[in-house]
Amino acid sequence: MTDYYNLPDEKGHFGPYGGLFVSETLMQPLDELKKAYEYYKQDPEFLAELDHDLKHFVGRPSPLYHAARWSERLGGAQIYLKREDLNHTGAHKINNTVGQALLAKRMGKKRIIAETGAGQHGVATATVAARFGMECVVYMGAEDIKRQAINVYRMRLLGAEVRAVESGSKTLKDALNEAMRDWVTNVDNTFYIIGTVAGPDPYPAMVRDFQTIIGRETREQISPDVLIACVGGGSNAIGLFYPFLEDKHVSIYGVEAAGDGLETGNHAAPLCAGKPGVLHGNRTYLMSDQNGQIIETHSISAGLDYPGVGPEHAWLKDNGRVNYVAVTDKEALIAFHDLTRLEGIIPALESSHALAYCQKIAPTLDKDKIIVVNLSGRGDKDIHTVATLEGIEI
Amino acid sequence: MSRFTNCFNKKTALIPFITAGDPNPNLTVPLMHTLVEAGADLIELGIPFSDPMADGPVIQRASERALAAGTSLTKVLAMVKQFRVDNQTTPVVLMGYLNPIEIMGYEKFAKAAQDAQVDGILTVDLPPEEATEFTKILKNYNIAPIFLIAPTTTTERIKKIASQSEGYLYYVSLKGVTGSANLDLNSVAEKLTEIKKHSNLPIGVGFGIKDAKTAAQVATISDAVIVGSALVQLIENTSEDQVLEVASAFIREFNE
Repeated sequence: MTDYYNLPDEKGHFGPYGGLFVSETLMQPLDELKKAYEYYKQDPEFLAELDHDLKHFVGRPSPLYHAARWSERLGGAQIYLKREDLNHTGAHKINNTVGQALLAKRMGKKRIIAETGAGQHGVATATVAARFGMECVVYMGAEDIKRQAINVYRMRLLGAEVRAVESGSKTLKDALNEAMRDWVTNVDNTFYIIGTVAGPDPYPAMVRDFQTIIGRETREQISPDVLIACVGGGSNAIGLFYPFLEDKHVSIYGVEAAGDGLETGNHAAPLCAGKPGVLHGNRTYLMSDQNGQIIETHSISAGLDYPGVGPEHAWLKDNGRVNYVAVTDKEALIAFHDLTRLEGIIPALESSHALAYCQKIAPTLDKDKIIVVNLSGRGDKDIHTVATLEGIEI
Repeated sequence: MSRFTNCFNKKTALIPFITAGDPNPNLTVPLMHTLVEAGADLIELGIPFSDPMADGPVIQRASERALAAGTSLTKVLAMVKQFRVDNQTTPVVLMGYLNPIEIMGYEKFAKAAQDAQVDGILTVDLPPEEATEFTKILKNYNIAPIFLIAPTTTTERIKKIASQSEGYLYYVSLKGVTGSANLDLNSVAEKLTEIKKHSNLPIGVGFGIKDAKTAAQVATISDAVIVGSALVQLIENTSEDQVLEVASAFIREFNE
C-alpha cells in the first residue's frame, strides 16, 4: 500500500531514499532545525505570517493561464500554465526562501547562506535576507557565474555576497559542497537555506511543504488530467505534484534535462539514466561513474545542471506514480521560442523543458483534456544564453 | 583488532593522513612505509572522492590530483594489499565518503578490505543512524567501523556512537572542515573528558592540528594525534622526487 502523505518516516526516509548522510558536526544542527520546523509548521502565528508574505510580498496566488493559441497550434489538449514566473523575483524559488527565512528569524539566526545554480534561488534568498535584514552569502559555481551575470549582479544589489566556487566542475553541486562547508564552520549563527528538495533530512520534506502552495492553488483553480513540470533537484515539480499524488486519474510527468541526448552521456537526467547512490546528505538517483565518482552533467539550463535529484522523486519513480522523461537542449529551445511567439511569455530554460514535453503529448490527447504545465520561472535571465546560441551579441 | 591494540599501547600515537594516489598512485605505498619508518603508529588513507563535502581546500585538491591520476577505490585497496607485503603491524584505516563504497557494494567492499588487511574504515558522511547495515557487514569481516565525534555531538549521541565503534574514536577538534585553524585546547580537553566517561576506546584528535607545536599540546590530552591537511599541503608543495624525504622529516618533527 502506498500512503503518499506519511512520508518521509521519522528518520527522513522515502522508502530506501532520503535520510541523513552528513558528517557528525551537522547532526545536532540538523536535529535542531528539524525540531524547530516540526514545531512552527503547526504554529498558527508562523503560518499566518507565511500566508501574509506569500500574498503581499510574493504576489500569490499565481494565476493559472489558458495558453489558448499554443493549445490550438498543437491541436490537442487544453494547456494551462501555472504562472510561477509572475512571482516576485520571477520564479517559484521564493515560496521556499520566504518560509525558511521566517524559520531562521524564529531560530534567532542572523546569517543566511545558500547555494545557487541558475541564480534564481540565490536571488530569492538575497531578497528575503534584504527584507529581514540578515547577512547573506551565496555560493555559486564559477562556471554558472559566467552564464548568469545578471543574476549575480542582482544578488549583489540586494546586499548579498556572492562567492565564486572554483572547485570540482564549478557548478551547482560544487556550490552545494561549499555551502555545506560554510555551514559546518559557522553553524552557531548561520541558517542554510537549501533551494531544492534535496539535502539531508529535514530539507526534502520542508522545502516540499513550502512549495506545495503551487499544487494546492492549482487544485482550487482547475481539475487537471495531466501535470508536467521540469525536474532538476525537483522543487517546483514536487510543489505541483504533491497535492495530486492520490488523484489516480491524474497523469504526472517530471521532465529531466537530456542535454545533448541521453545516448551521448552529456545530460543531467539521473532518474532516466542514473542509479541510486549517496550525495549531499541523501540517498537518491545520481549520475556517478562505475567507481562511484560523481560525473559532470550538461544542460543548457543552469538550474537543471545537477547530478542528483530530490529523494522523494527517486521514490516516486520506483513506485511508478510519476513518469520521469527527458527532453534535449534543442527540444527545450524550440518550446522556448514557441511559447514566446505564440503567447507573449518568455519562459525560463528550465521551464522550457516541461513545455517541450507538453508539446510532445498535447497533440495525442483529446481537446477536452486539461494539461497543467508548471511555468516555474521567467526567461529574462536566459536571453544571453539563447542569443549567444544564435550567434547574436547583445 | 590486534594491530590497533599494539598501536595504542604506548605513548600518544601519531596518525598521519594522506590521500591515496596523491600525487600519483605509484608513490602511495612507498610513502606509507616512509611514514611508518619516521614514527607513524597508524595510517589513515583517504579514498579520493569527487565531492569531499567535509574537507577543506587542501584535501579537496589532493582528491582532485588523485582522481586525475586514475585512483579508484579498487586501486586504493590494492595499495593496502601491497603495503602489507612488507608491513604486518601498522594499522591502516581507510577514510572516505560513502558513494564509492555504496556503488561497489557493502559486502564486496568489506570482503576486499579484509583481503587487503585493512583494519578499519571511517566513512565521513555516514553517521551511525544510517550505518546499521554497513557496520554489521564490516564486523563480519573484522573491519573496525570508526566514527566521528564533533564539538556539537550531544551526550546521548556520544553513547550511541561509542557503542557502534571499534578501534578508536575520531574527535573532530573544531567546527569546520579539515585543515581549519582555530583549535581551542581547553574545549577539546573538556569534550575528551566527557567522551572518556562513555567509552574505553582510545580517542584520536584531528582536523585542526596544523603544526608540531599544536600536536604536542593535543598529545598531552589525547591518545592519538591525527595530522592530515598539514602533511597533504607539504606533499602538494614538494616535487615528486623529494616527497618521501620531506614527509619523513615532517613526521619525525611531529614525533618529537
